[in-house]
Amino acid sequence: MKSLAELQAIKERTLKAMTARNDSEENTRIVVGMATCGIAAGARPVLNAFTEEIARRSLKGVTVSQTGCIGMCQYEPIVEVFVPGQEKVTYVQMSADKVARVVTDHIVNGNIVTEFTVGSVAK
Amino acid sequence: MRELSLNILDIAQNSIAAGASLITIEVAENTKAKELTITVSDNGCGMTEEQLNNVLDPFFTTRTTRKVGMGIPLFKLAAEQTGGSLKIESEKGKGTKTSAVFKTDSIDFTPLGDVTSTITILISMNTDRDFIYTRRLDGEGFELSTVQLKEILEGVPLSEPEVVGWMKDYINEQTNILLGGVNQ
Ligand SMILES: Nc1ncnc2c1ncn2[C@@H]1O[C@H](COP(=O)(O)OP(=O)(O)OP(=O)(O)O)[C@@H](O)[C@H]1O
Ligand code: FES
Ligand SMILES: [Mg+2]
Repeated sequence: MKSLAELQAIKERTLKAMTARNDSEENTRIVVGMATCGIAAGARPVLNAFTEEIARRSLKGVTVSQTGCIGMCQYEPIVEVFVPGQEKVTYVQMSADKVARVVTDHIVNGNIVTEFTVGSVAK
Repeated sequence: MRELSLNILDIAQNSIAAGASLITIEVAENTKAKELTITVSDNGCGMTEEQLNNVLDPFFTTRTTRKVGMGIPLFKLAAEQTGGSLKIESEKGKGTKTSAVFKTDSIDFTPLGDVTSTITILISMNTDRDFIYTRRLDGEGFELSTVQLKEILEGVPLSEPEVVGWMKDYINEQTNILLGGVNQ
């Protein structure tokens, strides 16, 4: 059974580890479109997959957040990746099983997964 | 939407967009009446009477990126196709309450699906807001309140992976105890 005491223990563990962390401009940001059409197209499992993959790999300086309408319904689920100092990359028609590749290739190794971007899907 | 839990996620986004600081989500089942009621309440900006009258019209939206608002019409349709209904109460400056009743024995009843995932996403993506999630079955129920969790966690954010994992397990466990073998 999950108890509040257990949550208390998580807090104490995390507080110790947290001291050196900062949510600065230097973070890589992954933003998932969560308007009605995004949710209907499958944004929820995509967002879950990103948070799980980042937690699993214990990546630091990477945040996952949601936004409203990105304005290209037919390409939902849409994910925007902002790496500091670089141009925004827009991934379209995302699914949970494409997430690991984006994290490994783009977030970790700095190589954009061109085949998932709006530029190549729109062709 | 394939699951009602996705409608819940979407309707709660309206509350986020309305600037609500507290969002209450209740999923209540009455097995005798064969009814499921989903209620999302917020203390956001609310709507004027004119806005409220327009809101069930799929062409009404205050969003600027697209001309039609689909969230509420879809939720209404999902309820009405089971023989149920949707009701919205709102007051400018006070907040909004959106409530839908579903007839669970209808062949057009969409399953609830993964409500746990909807709730944990809402909480972890909006740590600056508060959420109260209540699940009821007939007389019984449980509640998860971020107000209480934040008191325990002090500075640790609700988006911390271990905390998200705890919430997920907690909601799943409590739901299973509540439903006690009854299918969702
Ligand atoms: N909780 C709320 N508080 C204040 N206004 C609301 C609320 N819910 C809905 N509205 C108003 O009703 C409009 C229609 O809502 P609806 O969810 O149908 O569409 P939308 O949110 O504009 O777009 P979509 O849901 O398709 O992404 C909103 O644009 C907003 O003006
Ligand atoms: S409404 Fe479809 S992308 Fe915004
Ligand atoms: Mg909406």
